[in-house]
Amino acid sequence: MEVVLHFLIVVLILTNLRLLGTSRLIACIRVVSVQGVLLGLLPLLVGTGELTTRLWLLSLLTVLVKGMVFPWLLLRALRTANVHREMEPFVGYSTSLLVGLGLLAGSLWMGGRLPLPVPAPSSLVVPLALFTILTGLFAIVSRRKALTQVLGYLVMENGIYAFGLAFARQEPLLVELGVLLDVFMAVFVMGITIFHINREFDHMDADRLSALKD
Amino acid sequence: MNPWSLANPLAALVLAPLLLGVINRIKALFAGRTGQPLLQAYFDLAKLLKKGAVYSRTTSWVFKAGPVTGLACVTTALFILPLGGCPAPVSFTGDLVLLAYLLGVTRFFTIAAALDTGSAFEGMGASREAQFSVLAEPVFLLCLAALAKITQASPGLPGRDALSLSGLYGGLSLSVWAQGGTALLLASAAMLAVLLTENSRIPVDDPNTHLELTMIHEVMVLDHGGPDLAMILYGASLKLWIFSALLAGILVPVRSGYALVDAGATLAGIFLLAVVVGVIESTMARVRLLRVPQLLAGAGVLAVLALSLSLGR
Repeated sequence: MEVVLHFLIVVLILTNLRLLGTSRLIACIRVVSVQGVLLGLLPLLVGTGELTTRLWLLSLLTVLVKGMVFPWLLLRALRTANVHREMEPFVGYSTSLLVGLGLLAGSLWMGGRLPLPVPAPSSLVVPLALFTILTGLFAIVSRRKALTQVLGYLVMENGIYAFGLAFARQEPLLVELGVLLDVFMAVFVMGITIFHINREFDHMDADRLSALKD
Repeated sequence: MNPWSLANPLAALVLAPLLLGVINRIKALFAGRTGQPLLQAYFDLAKLLKKGAVYSRTTSWVFKAGPVTGLACVTTALFILPLGGCPAPVSFTGDLVLLAYLLGVTRFFTIAAALDTGSAFEGMGASREAQFSVLAEPVFLLCLAALAKITQASPGLPGRDALSLSGLYGGLSLSVWAQGGTALLLASAAMLAVLLTENSRIPVDDPNTHLELTMIHEVMVLDHGGPDLAMILYGASLKLWIFSALLAGILVPVRSGYALVDAGATLAGIFLLAVVVGVIESTMARVRLLRVPQLLAGAGVLAVLALSLSLGR
């Protein structure tokens, strides 16, 4: 079980790096979808206690919402907006990968130093959570397209979720469901916003919004 | 030094050109052709050795030194190369760095010989080779560092030196795979990328193209002929053997203690890798020249990840 968990966490780290290194928006959405599915499997693998209905429900809902509903919503937004690539990001792709490595090193360093209320199921869970949060944050600040920024937001939320999962057996189900619902609403609203931005301005480069004056 | 360990470099010297034959056969199979005979590389070498060499008046001794130095360095490298669990004839602490730099010297002399011809075309190939190897070399060293770290704690052979190639590969075993399999997989993937880059294989360079603007290795050896070209071809096949042996040593962790079983499993692994390279060449397109650094950066990321995972344990 330990080996499977380890492997899953490394694949999750790789999805983050892949997100930083690719320019195709469809590939980005697919990466986030894969990340959602893998995150859904995580609560089944952490911890040693028996698998309760609560855990199964949590896992199933995560896979459904993060792995299927979000990508579907974003793909629909992409189709209406008719863009395929993130052109000219603020930070290039190779540089982004290097920054990602730096973030990973930082998370590994910090993950070993944080005092935790309960022992983590694997020494990599906390670094993974920190790294995912930082990757999401970096994607938000370094990319131009509104859609990539939404993906960054989703990844950041995935990181927070992974952090919660490490202690899922201590956390009430209601909190998790509330968070999922919040994120669902956020993505729904952002999908509509992307559609409207695109209809008004013929593109969805969010940085031009800062040039707006009244 | 165990006299039986001399079988390692001997096997490499005899079997290396066969790898090219296997790759060509697989490619022919995918294309629906009969393909060259498996031993074609040997025939080519024999034919080239019978010919005389022609040297341009503008070239100096550097041009003639290129192929000789290249072959000499690669052959030296064979003597510190373990074949899976079978130790190399020579091993000492830190010989992995020597391996990396023997290959570096080979490359330096190939590039110098290419520049010595004064042809703009060859200079272009030399510049590309230098650019890509600058990226491939750190990935290679990072892979070996990760391997050394992973196998450090493993018992392996008694009295092995964890920082030499023979000790490093002797320490790998199925139980190491069960513990640190993820890191080993990442390191192997990065090593495969290095293998394809260093041997000018398809996602980076197309070994079949002549006189095409995108080629890298072939363009640098255009002016060599006869025995010089034979030395270059043989050196290239030995280099392919070195990288295949390094990768097969990781992927086939058979350490039974019987030298014949271990060596046989690793040899099978090396030829399987040649099949894999053939499949990659038949199913993938060469990536654009501008994307090659990105590919190598990705491989570097995998290697760094493998290293940091092995450090974290």
